[in-house]
Amino acid sequence: MIKPLRFTRKSLGIPYAVFLVFFVIIPMLVIVFYAFTDKNNHISFVNFINFFSDPTKLSTIVYSLVIALITTAVCLVIAYPVAYILARSKMKQKYVILMLFITPMWINFVLRVNAIRELLNWIGLLGEANYLNTIIGMVYDFLPFMILPLYTTLLKIDESLYEASADLGGNSFTTFTRVTIPLSMPGIMSGITMVFLPSMTNYVVSDMLGNSKVTIIGKFIETYFGSDWHMGSMIALILLIVVFVSTLLSGGFKSEDNVRGTNL
Amino acid sequence: MSENASNCIIELKDVVKSFDDTLVIDHVSLSVRKGEFVTLLGPSGCGKTTTLRMIAGFDLPTSGQILLNGKDISLLPPNKRPVNTVFQRYALFPHLNVFDNIAFGLRMKRVVNTYRNPKGEEYTRTEKLTKAEIAAKVKKALEMVDLEGFEKREISTLSGGQQQRVAIARAIVNEPEILLLDEPLGALDLKMRKEMQIELKAMHRRLGITFIYVTHDQEEALTMSDTVVVMADGVVQQIGTPTDVYNEPANTFVADFIGESNIFSGTVTGKRKVRFCGKTFDCVDDFEKNEMVDVVVRPEDIVMCEPELGMLKGKVISVVFKGIHYEITVQVGRYEVVIQSTERREVGETIGMNIPAQEIHIMKRKYTSNIYDGVITKRNTVEFADGEFECDVTQLYPGSHLDEEEYLVTAQGEKIDLTGTEVTVEVGLEDISISDDAEAGGAQGHIISIIYKGDHYRVIVRTDESEEDFVFATDDLWNENDYVSVIIPKDKIKLTLKHTEEKAA
Repeated sequence: MIKPLRFTRKSLGIPYAVFLVFFVIIPMLVIVFYAFTDKNNHISFVNFINFFSDPTKLSTIVYSLVIALITTAVCLVIAYPVAYILARSKMKQKYVILMLFITPMWINFVLRVNAIRELLNWIGLLGEANYLNTIIGMVYDFLPFMILPLYTTLLKIDESLYEASADLGGNSFTTFTRVTIPLSMPGIMSGITMVFLPSMTNYVVSDMLGNSKVTIIGKFIETYFGSDWHMGSMIALILLIVVFVSTLLSGGFKSEDNVRGTNL
Repeated sequence: MSENASNCIIELKDVVKSFDDTLVIDHVSLSVRKGEFVTLLGPSGCGKTTTLRMIAGFDLPTSGQILLNGKDISLLPPNKRPVNTVFQRYALFPHLNVFDNIAFGLRMKRVVNTYRNPKGEEYTRTEKLTKAEIAAKVKKALEMVDLEGFEKREISTLSGGQQQRVAIARAIVNEPEILLLDEPLGALDLKMRKEMQIELKAMHRRLGITFIYVTHDQEEALTMSDTVVVMADGVVQQIGTPTDVYNEPANTFVADFIGESNIFSGTVTGKRKVRFCGKTFDCVDDFEKNEMVDVVVRPEDIVMCEPELGMLKGKVISVVFKGIHYEITVQVGRYEVVIQSTERREVGETIGMNIPAQEIHIMKRKYTSNIYDGVITKRNTVEFADGEFECDVTQLYPGSHLDEEEYLVTAQGEKIDLTGTEVTVEVGLEDISISDDAEAGGAQGHIISIIYKGDHYRVIVRTDESEEDFVFATDDLWNENDYVSVIIPKDKIKLTLKHTEEKAA
């Protein structure tokens, strides 16, 4: 008798488990190992101590945080009205307009940054205002990642809730602050995480637009991995913890609220 | 007029609403007394919800006025109206708990308080309600809907019935002058719905405010309301008490929509005499002789008796047990009569039926065209009303034509033999003419009525065998009882297939 070949749910999971072990868990352990060893591969906290006693490294982290915060805030301020108008409009062409906002995402990243570099050069800002240029570039690059999750959550808000608010005496301002904003919070949170993280680490923008004068934490890690893997790993680990904590605080792990703007 | 104005809380004056050229509300006028429970009743798409939304302020009338206590509020935004709504799917705020949902309106409310300063002078101040005031009001509202202790519950943890109650509490806590309810019980199961009907009615009595209720459920409307407004196609069909609307329907639509009805076409044959189902009955309504009317008889008003004692006689073709009564369908000639009775009859039994004069409801019929059941015959003609007429069968299939052998060929090249196909035949009032020559037209009959309509005569010709009527307008004067033939031009006979699924195939 031949036993029929059957895949259980467990056996179908094996390839993914293998993937996770080789591409997530082992690399993570390698980073932790490097972070807590010295150049002779002895366990030590020297990287940790060095990092927090070096004002340049600390200020880089602060700069990165500030740039990322400003970028995120500007993206939110620009994206919210756009997403709100598009989500509530009954216009037939609204998908076209949404597409126009989203299409830059599908154009090569380096090309986009180069384009904005040319633009900044043309207005004469390049090399003059390095931090401003970095932020302009980042906002331009990451704006779609803010619009999409906002648009999807706003779209899901039932029209009758706005009507209920008006019915109960709410004017457009109170309706916005008491109904629209709280109900679009999951979208706001997704948008923030999707913009905040890359703006902390994506050094291509700061390199090309900041006239190499702006160093963000991502660039830092890259530089260290050229010479000192141990320090590089430590910085990467610290960044990981910063990100993890901020995601935890913003409730980004709540599965039901997790809107990543994938369903357009 | 002054008394009327003081009694009336909301008034719709000739209100019209259209959405992108589609007329949704067609000149609706309506007035609601203070404290009344009014129900807007009608099938979906009749405009009842739009009417409610215009009172709430979510939709603005295209023309006409909405008066609240005599003041025009037609263009006032919803937040400025002393009106609250219970929404169809509740529209509770999912991010707030029960307490915050109910307190939502209270927190935005501003009240004018009077104070006395140390010198003893009075002054007023516009203030928000205090936390304690809000908490007390919310508590009271929750008691009102039997949800004491639910303050901290999240909306998503509540059952449909509980959400419904929260929605009601959220509206009544604001002490509106009018409470609008948009099919509030639609999402509940039958038992729950019955309970809520009684509770809502009790709540209406306790609160003493005006309720305007929208539903498509006629039973709900009859049970709960003081006044029922029956709507169809954006037009008010009838306004009356539940008893009036049920017992004296204004037209066949109301009769058909509210309760079960037998609707026959009949003719007034004399003073308080009406003829339908091939018999002449006594009735209590006076109409002009020979007036074409619709006759409505409620199934429970037909009295069954021995076959020889009945005005009508027929064979039982179906008996269905409905709990408290049997629904018995009887074939009387070519008519089907539905009877509701607590007495059982057997299928196949022959029974007699009588209808008391006061139970025969007669209403004027509006004629727009003649409609018949017809059958396509071999020669591609159509047979209806005891006659046979030439017609254009290609209109049944767009793009089709007849080949040399008179077979219909569809646009796809498929050959169809239409013989025996059942169709609905429609002929306009202007498209019929008659002739003395019995052979000239497709059907023959006697003229039973000629009514002068100012500039033309309206003539009715009735066929002998199946008593079908041809109604038409003519400039010529004919005599009653003339035997004539009916002529209809080939291109004026409009055919539609009876079975739409055949058309699709």
